[in-house]
Amino acid sequence: MSPSAIALTVIFSIVFLGSAIGFYAGTRHKMSLEQWTVGGRGFGPALLWLLMAGETYTTFSFLGASGWAYSRGGPALYILAYLTLAYVVSFFILPPIWDLGREHGLQTQSDFFQRQYGSKYLAAFVSVVGVAFIIPYLQLQLTGLGIILEITSFDGIGRTPAMAIAVTLLAGFVFVSGVRAVAWVSVLKDILMVLASVSIGIAVPHIFFGGIGPMFATLARVKPTHLVMPGATNNLGHSWYISTVLLTSLGGYMWPHSFGASFTAKSGDTLRRNAIVMPLYTISLAFIFFTGFAALLVVPGLSNGDLSLLTIVRKTFPAWMLGVIGGAGALTAMVPAAILLLTASTLFAKNLYRPIFAPAMTDDQVAKLARTMVVVLSLISLYFAIHSSATLVSLLLLGYAGVTQFFPGVVLGLYWRRVTMAGVFGGMIVGVGCATFLILSKRDPFGGLNAGFIALCVNFAIVFLVSMLAPVQAREIAEVFSESVSDTR
Amino acid sequence: MQRPTEPVRSSDVKRPSYGAILLGLIPFAGMCFSVSAWDRVYPMILGMPFNFFWLLLWNVLTPLCMWAAYRVEALRSSEAPQRRQNENSSR
Repeated sequence: MSPSAIALTVIFSIVFLGSAIGFYAGTRHKMSLEQWTVGGRGFGPALLWLLMAGETYTTFSFLGASGWAYSRGGPALYILAYLTLAYVVSFFILPPIWDLGREHGLQTQSDFFQRQYGSKYLAAFVSVVGVAFIIPYLQLQLTGLGIILEITSFDGIGRTPAMAIAVTLLAGFVFVSGVRAVAWVSVLKDILMVLASVSIGIAVPHIFFGGIGPMFATLARVKPTHLVMPGATNNLGHSWYISTVLLTSLGGYMWPHSFGASFTAKSGDTLRRNAIVMPLYTISLAFIFFTGFAALLVVPGLSNGDLSLLTIVRKTFPAWMLGVIGGAGALTAMVPAAILLLTASTLFAKNLYRPIFAPAMTDDQVAKLARTMVVVLSLISLYFAIHSSATLVSLLLLGYAGVTQFFPGVVLGLYWRRVTMAGVFGGMIVGVGCATFLILSKRDPFGGLNAGFIALCVNFAIVFLVSMLAPVQAREIAEVFSESVSDTR
Repeated sequence: MQRPTEPVRSSDVKRPSYGAILLGLIPFAGMCFSVSAWDRVYPMILGMPFNFFWLLLWNVLTPLCMWAAYRVEALRSSEAPQRRQNENSSR
């Protein structure tokens, strides 16, 4: 057998094993909408931990983090900070969100906005923005899958057919089994991912340099500025770092799928304990960084840093090992992509289509429409993945710039009595508009700061101003109204 | 103590204590705001550049901070059930 045949056989075995676990987990429960989206609200600490780890450690961390360590250097360190700080933020905001979810039967982020602000238009807008910014994240996973199959097949499978294969598997998998499947496949994926990243992170520097210390010493001598900010860039300095870490850590749980995952927990306390231990998992990312830095010295000059990890693995290890790592990487893309698809399609059906266009739909019809949307959204992301050349990290940062605009509405909705629906709606529209404009017109970073962070500040300012301007009388009426609206839902 | 005429909003959730929030800000100070103080290569520790080592260290220290915040919150809620009962009956 040729090396590429061996590697591909191993990869597909791992992917099919993962899918089999998913199908099995799905068939053991009758799939109502509640079961499909929030797993019947019965996930204990272990399963929740797996689900959350499953959606946090994605192709972005596997190929994207090493890619930025390779191509940007120092600025990539923001990844080691923001993941951990996002858990700190979650400690404070997820338990009260869970309480509200339990009390009022909330399943999605838009349900939360509907409940807190009593406007189906605000809730629908949240769904539109959520789905729109999930698409780059989905695109990221598909691009990652394409890269994996392309490199491990020694360029035998082109990237486009590779992504088409991946998308078919993925949609079938989500279609059948829902969120419970995803949590169980995470078991296999996390074990493989940790084993793969630790072993290559230790072995690669050892084989080429005799250890991590000598590897960094060589890098510091050859490229003295690569390891500190702004690294190989000219505009990603300390102010960019601070603004990006703030944006992404505040936004970590503003992703509709992460927000929604908190509803699967058994209790608010489960979420708090989870927030305490999760940062330890971030440490496994250090090994991914080692590999990216080593690749810069061993295989310099790659056109796209995202290829660096697999290129050096292919150069260093036998084909079966390339297959195991490729398989781990493939699951690392498929598990989060499944969660993203599941969330986006539920949002579309339940919080956008039904309330605005077809109020008479039953839950069963919503579930059916959501499943159709799985296919539609898969195809849209596949289209973007084929026609884009953005790096994995910049795709993720684009998504964060969008979804973090939910943060003011969520946090002030929990903790500030005076906040008004108009303020939150206005702030969100301007925030999303501002972030989109700055990024699409290539003004990111803007004045040394992350464009999404600037948009977030503008957003906050508008929420405060509009809410403070609302006359007290009108505000109380709005509050009473929001109570009665959501109680009759 | 609550006026019954005041509209009860679903935003009346339990706020975290100042102690817990302060503990939560420590990791932000360590990993985010202080970047210009630790973003350098030397001294290398455990073979890693200083900035890299510093962030990994804080990935270990953060769970300690959050565990302390958890204790603070748990202590508070074990003292507070009486008060919460009163609040509920006024709804």
